Amino acid sequence: MPTTAELKDICTQIRRDIVRMVHANNSGHPGGSLGCTEFFVALYFKIMQHNSNFNMDGKDEDIFFLSNGHISPVWYATLARSGYFEVAELATFRKINSRLQGHPTNHDHLEGIRVASGSLGQGLSVAIGAALTKKLNNDDKLIYSLHGDGELQEGQIWEALMYASANNIDNLIATIDYNKQQIDGSLDDVLKLGDLKAKIEAFDWHVLEEKEGNNIEAVIRILEKAKSLSGNNKPIAILLHTEMGNGVDYMMGTHKWHGSAPNDEQLESALAQNAETLGDY
Amino acid sequence: MEMKDTRSGFGAGLTELGRRNPNVVALCADLTGSLKMNEFKNENPERFFQVGIAESNMMSIAAGMTIGGKIPFTGTFANFSTSRVYDQIRQSIAYSSKNVKICASHAGVTLGEDGATHQVLEDIGMMKMLPHMTVINPCDFNQTKAATIAIAQHAGPVYLRFGRPKVPNFTDPNQEFKIGEAINMTIGSDVTIIATGHLVWEALEAVKELEKKYISAELINIHTIKPLDKNAILESASKTRCVVTAEEHMLNGGLGDSVAQLLSRSLPTPLEMVGVNDTFGESGTPRGLMEKYGLTTYNIIESCEKVMKRK
Repeated sequence: MPTTAELKDICTQIRRDIVRMVHANNSGHPGGSLGCTEFFVALYFKIMQHNSNFNMDGKDEDIFFLSNGHISPVWYATLARSGYFEVAELATFRKINSRLQGHPTNHDHLEGIRVASGSLGQGLSVAIGAALTKKLNNDDKLIYSLHGDGELQEGQIWEALMYASANNIDNLIATIDYNKQQIDGSLDDVLKLGDLKAKIEAFDWHVLEEKEGNNIEAVIRILEKAKSLSGNNKPIAILLHTEMGNGVDYMMGTHKWHGSAPNDEQLESALAQNAETLGDY
Repeated sequence: MEMKDTRSGFGAGLTELGRRNPNVVALCADLTGSLKMNEFKNENPERFFQVGIAESNMMSIAAGMTIGGKIPFTGTFANFSTSRVYDQIRQSIAYSSKNVKICASHAGVTLGEDGATHQVLEDIGMMKMLPHMTVINPCDFNQTKAATIAIAQHAGPVYLRFGRPKVPNFTDPNQEFKIGEAINMTIGSDVTIIATGHLVWEALEAVKELEKKYISAELINIHTIKPLDKNAILESASKTRCVVTAEEHMLNGGLGDSVAQLLSRSLPTPLEMVGVNDTFGESGTPRGLMEKYGLTTYNIIESCEKVMKRK
């Protein structure tokens, strides 16, 4: 198991990968990707039992679904850095004939991806489906999913929340990237969600909240706690407070880097703030 | 002639699959009785998933259930199986190549009295436009049962369309259903009729009436609209040199549209199309609506006579 220092090193490398990927083709979504770096590193390098020798069915291993597919850079970088495919392939992100599409897809058989996402609101239902199949197969491993907070404005999410608790889907841990920003501005300005914890609790989920979503130790702690609560007849949600753009000073605290790429100068600045620890691709 | 609904053919096929294949699971959005899924549910309660009135959730759950090897069959009305959930099907099922069988009842105007909100006439078009999707519209109880069983063996997403009313059950109860392989119902030389779904029976009646007028019609039952059995169509069209299509669907995007594309590119041939012409349906009896919207034996005969004059 990697130490905390090692996990932090992986985070800075993944942040470098993210900004380089987005810069290289002048498109992509750096803000949410950077904000979720600790979550992805915790999940793939510490929490999940998974096999980088990819198999679609994922029997007897934990499975992760990314519902807010636009933060694909952090997922691709994490998958490559955990051995699913060569890190060199990160250079093809969003380019023609690449397996690393703008939004994640299994269409081109990229190892680690099990379903397409990007059109929002569908991933929680897909995760529930996979969780049901795990139960049918007597497979005691878990399903993890990640959702944007803005994504919760999609009605299908609430259909899924309702279904999961009514059917005791207790092998599912759904995390919400609670950065309170979306493309058009702050979540509260676009369409406020109100007391999100109370709302999800009212749907009879077990809801955990972590204020320090960019602190790797805190993220690991909350995921461990969620894991310990699995198998108790209730689905589990984590409200993970993160900072959009975290790790790159000029990208933090604004929605403006949701879907814009840094220029050459901005890239240099971002790289200077994140040490190259595992070797750039 | 025995009268049976095609949705019961689906129910019977699903029951048999439940007994044969432990990986088959079924999901329903509060229409278990209408879709005739009760027997499967009673025999396999652990493999039946009631999702409530939440079709979007149902489609995406079905996509997720394939991960780990299950073969989900979703059941709701055709309208709620397509237009209501098009993006879920497009992203999570078709683009993602998931082995989901979308089973859609109450298609077309023969849904009857519920009216246009429920009478989808665009579903074949929507589904055939999706890459990876197979589109099947069987004609009677026996064929729907055989198709239901056959699609479980096919790897990949399938749209299976059937209806509500009791219609003649005229095909072989022991038929083997081959996806994408058209069935020649009658051999003829003057005109080719290519029909799908409930209109196959109407076309069969038309063939008998045409015979009385000394017109020899070849009838092709094209249960699979995608992939289309191009060879069967071209072979028959090259012999008769005129074609009529017949379907309980909008002309735009339906079987006729697929046949027109094929013929205009490969074998330009006079073509008439029996179907609904750019209008919504309405409340009424199934028979009354078939007549009003021009979907009967009479309309097929009229189109055959018209197209023969264009040779």
